[in-house]
Amino acid sequence: MTSVKLKLKEKDVQKIKEICKSFNNDPGELINVLHKTQEFFGYLPAEVQEEVALGLNIPVAKVYGVVTFYSFFTMLPKGRYPISICTGTACYVRGAEKVLDEFKRILKVSVGETTPDGKFSLTCLRCVGACGLAPVVMVGDKTYGRVTTDGVKDILKEYENE
Amino acid sequence: MAKFKMHMLVCGGTGCRASASDMLYKNLKKEIQEKGLENEVQVVTTGCFGFCEQGPIVKMIPDNTFYVGVKPEDAAEIVAEHAIKGRKVNRLLYKDPVKKEHVSDSRHMGFYKKQIRIALRNCGLMDPENIGEYLAADGYEALGKVLAEMTPEEAIQVVIDSGLRGRGGGGFPTGLKWKIAHGVKGDPKYVVCNADEGDPGAFMDRSILEGDPHSVLEAMAINGYCIGASKGLIYIRAEYPLAIKRLKIAIEQAREYGLLGNDILGSGFNFDIELRYGAGAFVCGEETALIHSMEGLRGEPTFKPPFPAQSGYMGMPTNVNNVETYANIPVIFNKGAKWFSSIGTEKSKGTKVFALAGKINNVGLIEVPMGITLREVIFEIGGGIKGGKKFKAVQTGGPSGGCLTEKHLDAPIDYDNLLASGSMMGSGGMIVMDEDDCMVSVAKFYLEFTVEESCGKCSPCRIGNKRLHESLDKITKGQATLEDLDKLRNLANVIKDTSLCGLGQTSPNPVLSTLDNFYEEYVAHVIDHTCPSGKCKDLIRYEIIPENCVGCTACARNCPVNCISGERKQVHLIDQSLCIKCGACMEKCKFNAVTII
Repeated sequence: MTSVKLKLKEKDVQKIKEICKSFNNDPGELINVLHKTQEFFGYLPAEVQEEVALGLNIPVAKVYGVVTFYSFFTMLPKGRYPISICTGTACYVRGAEKVLDEFKRILKVSVGETTPDGKFSLTCLRCVGACGLAPVVMVGDKTYGRVTTDGVKDILKEYENE
Repeated sequence: MAKFKMHMLVCGGTGCRASASDMLYKNLKKEIQEKGLENEVQVVTTGCFGFCEQGPIVKMIPDNTFYVGVKPEDAAEIVAEHAIKGRKVNRLLYKDPVKKEHVSDSRHMGFYKKQIRIALRNCGLMDPENIGEYLAADGYEALGKVLAEMTPEEAIQVVIDSGLRGRGGGGFPTGLKWKIAHGVKGDPKYVVCNADEGDPGAFMDRSILEGDPHSVLEAMAINGYCIGASKGLIYIRAEYPLAIKRLKIAIEQAREYGLLGNDILGSGFNFDIELRYGAGAFVCGEETALIHSMEGLRGEPTFKPPFPAQSGYMGMPTNVNNVETYANIPVIFNKGAKWFSSIGTEKSKGTKVFALAGKINNVGLIEVPMGITLREVIFEIGGGIKGGKKFKAVQTGGPSGGCLTEKHLDAPIDYDNLLASGSMMGSGGMIVMDEDDCMVSVAKFYLEFTVEESCGKCSPCRIGNKRLHESLDKITKGQATLEDLDKLRNLANVIKDTSLCGLGQTSPNPVLSTLDNFYEEYVAHVIDHTCPSGKCKDLIRYEIIPENCVGCTACARNCPVNCISGERKQVHLIDQSLCIKCGACMEKCKFNAVTII
């Protein structure tokens, strides 16, 4: 997996140390620590994982193992407007695949990628539980329901000038 | 406290909030205030009503008026007409799709008629962020009764007598599970609530936690008393922010009221609950994997025995139950094991919550007695198939379940019947499919999910499912032979027999059940190289029927790759070499001139 190289600033290192400490530097809290860390940085690049490993006194390999195991954690930065298409079964049978294809076609990125300008990233997620609105698309925290292929353009237009 | 003449219950579930129900709540509140009615009408945000298809929902108490599809801007009209003049706003009433009449009382809606709500008893009726409302509805009475009047053994016997079985999938008798955990020596012991609802299309646990968090807390405390644990953990998906928020509030309030913490209700029993967050891994629904995840490890399952009751969280005796299972517990103590076991079938007692979704008119959350038939669920409660299409299959049990067909519609739903017909109860997802759905693609879709979610620990699941997916891919591209179908079945059975955990042992179910019930569809893909439902892109092509085409240019204008040519008022033509088979032309054509071949 490729990751973005990044030199951590002293204050970032301090932040990670603080997070680890708030969980008593307990290795059993690794997942909670990673949640908090990702909340702060937006993603979990290798350098951040190294600091977490130091903070909890565990091997980096273990941190990496956990980060790559869970789909919630990402080693790539997300776009300013992360787009998630629900590909749960309910959305699937109501045409989520076509909606996803349309996003891919317009943004010219694949699933898991970010547009070169860093504006949009495209991911799939499994069921937000709003199956009555299928197919569902989320942009950041905003939920769009009953999205059609035509509706994709309109959603993207909302973010045109931002 | 003010005595209200009228209550407006606004659904605050995830589905309705996505359609601006929080804005609607604010507007209603504002209108009520402006009209000076704040001492007469109370506006309450509640949990999910279950009728997600036509959200946001507003229900008026006491007259049970049920408004659907309410927009924030409708607030003024509802207040002016209904609250002040006492006239119902007809245009917002639910309309019966068959009789085409407005139904003003929710009790007369087909959707609710056959339901018995036990686990969902409080969802949609109370403010989940206010413990007072739960207490008013006999909340924490069961806990009080158990602590004051029963020994742990007696309480466990009540759960055994009720016949309650685990609602998370396996259907293991809950009372027996508690008895085993009670019998194991160890200190500390743990009680864990499995709220890692990973089945795509299932959202009952989320709705219970969002709509009635206290019932789960109360049940966990009872569970703790029964097995001798003083610590409870709720393992919840990080994807459920609203449920997390409401759980946190509920735990705080329960502590304030002395219903969690030390010396609960003066009984000397201590019990407290903490939250643990998942991070998006389906396999963590399996109890051993879940426990490892709570320990901060990769969520990989381990071989049983030892069972969690013997060696679970941190190596200590642990009892894991699912959210819906817990939601049933307080009612069992309040109304008695005998009452509970009078509902349902011989071996499956009580009710089950199902998440109805897919090609069905009433998408939503329902709770029905065990033993009801699929036909009643789909056609009476669910209101039948969307757009008047023909029913083809219903998938129960999520990625671990199978596809059931017409011939299964009249069998009573319970754990054993579903297993016997090649599917399973699972957590209760129910996805309805119509004639347009290709069953090979559906099986492939589920395998894609399994391949992605397999933890990789054991080879049958890691490699086997990948191979299954590849074979299915070949079939949908028309590159497979009949021999491949035999291999597919063999491999599926081997994966079932040899995988380590529940995920691998059930992952071939979608393949096996579609092979059994839709073999001819597989054969059509393999021998005739056609997809009877017109879904598999490699086996179909879109063509324009010259007799029907009027040359309106709608298809050409909407083609994303500009592969349709033709002048105005001339017959159009699709360039097959460029066509990406997105189907936009067919959707746009008003003259039925585009067809799938």
